[in-house]
Amino acid sequence: MPKRLAWYLITPIQPLSGNVSEKIRGAVRLRVSEERNKIDGKEKRMCRLFAVNSLEAVSPMRAIDALNVMKEGHDGSGVGLFMRDLGGEFEEFKHYPILSGIFTHEGLRRVDEVMFDMRFTPKHQLSFDRKEPPPSSMIRRDKYLVRAYEPPDGWDQLSEPERARRCLEIRLMLRRLGFEDKSGIVYSFWPDVIMIKEIGDPVEVGKYLGLDREGLMARIILAQGRQNTNYAITLYACHPFFIQGYSTMTNGENTAFVPIREYLASRGFPGYVGYESDSEVFTHILHYVVDRLSLDLMTYKHVITPLRDEELDRHPDGAVLRQLKYSLRYLTIDGPNCVIGCLPDRTVFLTQDSKKLRPGVVGGRPGLYAFSSEICGLESLIPDRNKAEDVQPMGTDMVSVDQDRQEIRLWSQWDRYTFSRAA
Amino acid sequence: MGSIYIQPSSLSVKDLPWQIYWDKEKCALCGRCTAVCPVRAIEMGVFRKRLVTVDVNDRSAASNVYGVYYGIRQQTDPAHACIGCAMCDMVCPNRAVYPVRADEIDKLRFHVDQGGEPRKRGGRRNDRGSLLDQVKFTRISMLTDPALDAGRHEFELRTLLGRVMSPEDMVAHIRDNGYALPVREVYPLIIGSMSFGALSPTMWEGLQMGIAYLNEELGMPVRMASGEGGVPPRFLRSRFLKYLILQIASGYFGWDEILHAIPEMKEDPCAIEIKYGQGAKPGDGGLLMWYKVNKLIAAIRGVPVGVSLPSPPTHQTKYSIEESVAKMVQSMYMAWGFRVPVYPKISATKTALAVLNNLARNTYAGGLAMDGEDGGTGAAYNVSMNTMGHPIASNVRDAYLTLVNIGKQNELPLFAGGGIGKNGNLAANAAALIMLGASGVQVGKIVMQATAGCLGSEGDRCNICNIGLCPKGITSQDPRLYRRLNPDHVAERLVDMFVSFDTELKKIVAPLGRSTSLPIGMADALGMADAHAAERLKISFVC
Repeated sequence: MPKRLAWYLITPIQPLSGNVSEKIRGAVRLRVSEERNKIDGKEKRMCRLFAVNSLEAVSPMRAIDALNVMKEGHDGSGVGLFMRDLGGEFEEFKHYPILSGIFTHEGLRRVDEVMFDMRFTPKHQLSFDRKEPPPSSMIRRDKYLVRAYEPPDGWDQLSEPERARRCLEIRLMLRRLGFEDKSGIVYSFWPDVIMIKEIGDPVEVGKYLGLDREGLMARIILAQGRQNTNYAITLYACHPFFIQGYSTMTNGENTAFVPIREYLASRGFPGYVGYESDSEVFTHILHYVVDRLSLDLMTYKHVITPLRDEELDRHPDGAVLRQLKYSLRYLTIDGPNCVIGCLPDRTVFLTQDSKKLRPGVVGGRPGLYAFSSEICGLESLIPDRNKAEDVQPMGTDMVSVDQDRQEIRLWSQWDRYTFSRAA
Repeated sequence: MGSIYIQPSSLSVKDLPWQIYWDKEKCALCGRCTAVCPVRAIEMGVFRKRLVTVDVNDRSAASNVYGVYYGIRQQTDPAHACIGCAMCDMVCPNRAVYPVRADEIDKLRFHVDQGGEPRKRGGRRNDRGSLLDQVKFTRISMLTDPALDAGRHEFELRTLLGRVMSPEDMVAHIRDNGYALPVREVYPLIIGSMSFGALSPTMWEGLQMGIAYLNEELGMPVRMASGEGGVPPRFLRSRFLKYLILQIASGYFGWDEILHAIPEMKEDPCAIEIKYGQGAKPGDGGLLMWYKVNKLIAAIRGVPVGVSLPSPPTHQTKYSIEESVAKMVQSMYMAWGFRVPVYPKISATKTALAVLNNLARNTYAGGLAMDGEDGGTGAAYNVSMNTMGHPIASNVRDAYLTLVNIGKQNELPLFAGGGIGKNGNLAANAAALIMLGASGVQVGKIVMQATAGCLGSEGDRCNICNIGLCPKGITSQDPRLYRRLNPDHVAERLVDMFVSFDTELKKIVAPLGRSTSLPIGMADALGMADAHAAERLKISFVC
């Protein structure tokens, strides 16, 4: 019988069995955070987002530090990390799929069996074994897993889409296995991608897991400090979300969640499952538009926040945009959202809902750019940038930094639209 | 007292659904009430009255004095039973006369089938209940994401009518610059089919003027379906045709005129609606009774004057609905060079999903309109109206979820009709159906009530649209009656109705955090206190 952990339904505060003084301290900390919100006179209850796109690999702790300076806006209930274009220990295993997740001992044993049967050989893994108990905001896990696998013979001869399909299939299978008896959570299974998500205060989680170690570095990092409000509290509801090389994180509520979820789920694509969070659909819309329909990032922006009908009448490419809007109208988002994401080609982007009801800023210098919910987050990572060049995109804007990391590209939906296939 | 002879169908005033209250003291004997009564339920009466005068001191002086007085007398034969319209009250200068509803169920209902002819009437099912009124909007954005501002934010509340391309087809279409089926962007509140003939000329003109104003002055793309009865020739050749959905039904009335006008049309119509069924009288065709078929109507419809016009229940030239859909959709597209969307309208039914699946496979069908049991009509058998049909809510929900299942919820828009706003809650009922999966709603009866003062009710008040005696002139072809209706005022009221609907719809969607697209299928916003209905509709049970 596997050890059944109740970490699917846990709250951010330590269960009763924990250290009492720690527990009280945690509760006080939460209350202080709430008081701050009230004193401020504004509702700031939403997740905080931070992303880095850098030529040099950086530690994920740098991103977590940036989340920490924005702590007024998140309640320390969780942290999610997406790392891409890896440096450190995993640099030499770039072409090997990396499995990221959390497992019980029993769950891990089964993962080993399944992967062995499919002839995937473990090549390298991060060690998270900690002897000391986790801090009060966290739960003790059996096993955090970040492990690169050498694929079976013949893998390299497969086409890229076929490899992508198999990676997805394996992730979904492992997810299903772990989901049934709560023996494991799988975040990603993809080359050159590591994901870590955990409930707890971001800084405490980072320190406890030793995320500041030298071996763990990445050129692209998406980090989210969680504000726990929407839907059930499960780690599957924690941003960023991932599918086949695409990842996004979002703050704010997605009011059109149910029709969008139904639409995605009815596309007949096996990866469009889950949806423990109303924001997972943002990732899947990106994947659907860019991967399934072979369109580009600009089209994604036109899909999630199409121009209004009167605006399309005035747009030089209104006719084509109208066709897009008609056929993809179920994927229009309708909440106050800031979306930060990453494409397989290492482009990192930030965009807003059409009313720009969430803050977001992009800034940096050639070689190092950051995307942040608040300027103080950006300031903490790149204080020596030209602040006059910071960009705070509006409702029709899309901001991106590509893999050259030399400039910020600002694009508006009012620009000419070229219907083109994705790179 | 001797015995009286009464016929089996002899009724007293008490046996009627409405009794006329008349106050002799107030009555000015002007005669307006008897003149205005559409069914001659009251007539001028001369009453003999005995006055007994007794002188207590002089017994020999005791005498009877017979006198007369004048007043009104209520008829009790079924043909002249009061319909409760209260036009007598409306014209009375002294408020001396008005109808009062009977305090028990009338006996008239057992005698309306004189000559073996069952009752026919207009209006809706005589049932005041509304399931749609029970639906609440329970998912209010709070705290994390405050609700939007209905008065200040920008909203886009339009919907699509026509076959929308799948994303894959759309990509191929843009890449190859290929052919695309026509799709119209319309306001989600559509005025459902009420024919020229069922409606009076003044009513029809008033609606068209209101629609033109809404479109051209207020930028609201409101559309109206013509019903089966043709369109005045000048209208067919006007620019206003683009605001009209032309309906073709099983009687093909008026289509000779329409087809001949095609080469001279300045604009394409908004769409073509092929009527296979109607919610108020499913399985029955349209019916325009002879009273209303005057020279003008006969000319537009291409029929002789003064004959009843019952359309067959089905399209007689077709073997089955599958064939009918395939062939009629195709021919209607061809008639306008594939520039006008074509969609069928059916009555809500348990078999609606079979039709829907058929349409889903037909790549041209531009939508499906479903009309529920609470829909209104100008003329139908009472039994059809009261007992035939299917509630719209579960039918639309099933249809939407079927489309979700096959992934075509965006490609084939659903339009729901039948009892929307029957108790005045137009925006709430419409929003509920949209969130259950309808792309838009069709309304008819409430348009007559709101824009022209229709008196009909589900308490069986008035409801004589079928015999051309509408006291407000809404459904009459008699100039003496329809001149009571000023088309300009109908147009004004229509604009009022749509503008206030728009505000109310925003007041519903804004707190749900929706503004940039119509919340089609947003069933997570809905809740009901009726657990069984909530389960059936797959929405939340709330209490």
